[in-house]
Amino acid sequence: MSLDIKSIDIKPKRETFGHVERRIGEGKMASRYEEATFDIQPTTNFHYRPLADASYELYDVEKTAVKMEDWYKFLDPRQYHYASYVTARAKQQEVAEQNFVFVEKRNMLDVMPAEIKELILSYVLPLRHYEWGANMNNLQLCSEGYGAAITNAFMFHAEDRLGNAQYITRIGLLLSDNEPVVLDNGKDQWMNDEAWQGLRKAMEDSFVIKDWFELHIAQNVILDAFVHPLYFNLMEQELNAKGGSAQVMMTEFITSWNEECARWIDMTVKVACSENEENKELLNTWCKKYIEIAYNAVLPLAKKVHSSPEEAMDMIKDELVVRLNKNGLNL
Amino acid sequence: MSKVFLALQAVEETRAIIEAIKEDNPHAEVENQPAMVKVAAEGKLQIMAETVSNHIGRDWDPQELQLVLVSLAGNVDEDYDHFTIYWDN
Repeated sequence: MSLDIKSIDIKPKRETFGHVERRIGEGKMASRYEEATFDIQPTTNFHYRPLADASYELYDVEKTAVKMEDWYKFLDPRQYHYASYVTARAKQQEVAEQNFVFVEKRNMLDVMPAEIKELILSYVLPLRHYEWGANMNNLQLCSEGYGAAITNAFMFHAEDRLGNAQYITRIGLLLSDNEPVVLDNGKDQWMNDEAWQGLRKAMEDSFVIKDWFELHIAQNVILDAFVHPLYFNLMEQELNAKGGSAQVMMTEFITSWNEECARWIDMTVKVACSENEENKELLNTWCKKYIEIAYNAVLPLAKKVHSSPEEAMDMIKDELVVRLNKNGLNL
Repeated sequence: MSKVFLALQAVEETRAIIEAIKEDNPHAEVENQPAMVKVAAEGKLQIMAETVSNHIGRDWDPQELQLVLVSLAGNVDEDYDHFTIYWDN
């Protein structure tokens, strides 16, 4: 006797939610990212104004001078929603973990010269305070921003910054055989060492920027574009040659994370710029302002961690300007 | 000439692959079946890693196709940047 298994194909009446369908077109299948992003944030019927700042609604487009017809144009090229974000980071975390295990197992820190360890403890470890500040700023962006497309990405970015701070802390503890006193010393450097004060001031000033898009430009677009290439690219190239290759391995996460986030950051600039001339003007002014602030804030640090600080800083600045111009600015 | 075809599991990754196939192969016919999607095309069907990466939002390796592949018909030409099936006759 033969058994014939029949299958019936039941066509779903609709492929996705109505509000997603209205954006992507009828009868089309939506990706998880689209379903988890489009129009998630409420836009109407806010009953009470928030006590924290009653001059605005809970979600208010007036909180920034940037004008957008549709705030969901800021779609993340990485398509991060909870599941895809967590999967991607878990993979990177595994690689980073392997690198730390390798460094420990092969005793790579034993061969690292003492003056390099000292340099890292005094002039890299305090970056954990910078990363924590960046975490605060991105949480602020998530809370003040408009439209789930961009605020979701800010939230993920904020979590990443906490991760960076933790990796930097871990490096400090590895270098000191788990002596927590290096963390106190690092904080003392951040608070009192002359070279750190420019960056600390820039960071603390950024905490009180009102316009959220301006804050995004200051923190994610400009300041990071000076700090990260200096520390995790130019400085490490020199460390590599001087027996500090363990450091390069331990910061691999931050390096690859930077490349990945650049795609998202470039998109935010490009989308805001191409919307209208006023946005473009605004972004131009902000970028000019913060490039100058960031340059002067980071230069004293470059003098501590790089052999030719001026050239390094100019190179970083030129690369950033080229990158921003490619995304629609004219600096 | 007879058709080449790919049958893929109907899962989230497949959606991006199908979108990419439709973009790069306008002659491909997509057929939704229970729990799988069948794509058939006259002569040749090409999946470009770059197009899939754009749709999926991350780097996509043609080897990942194996994870959702149910069945295929055609000669296979696979490289780091593409996965192509065609009839070699």
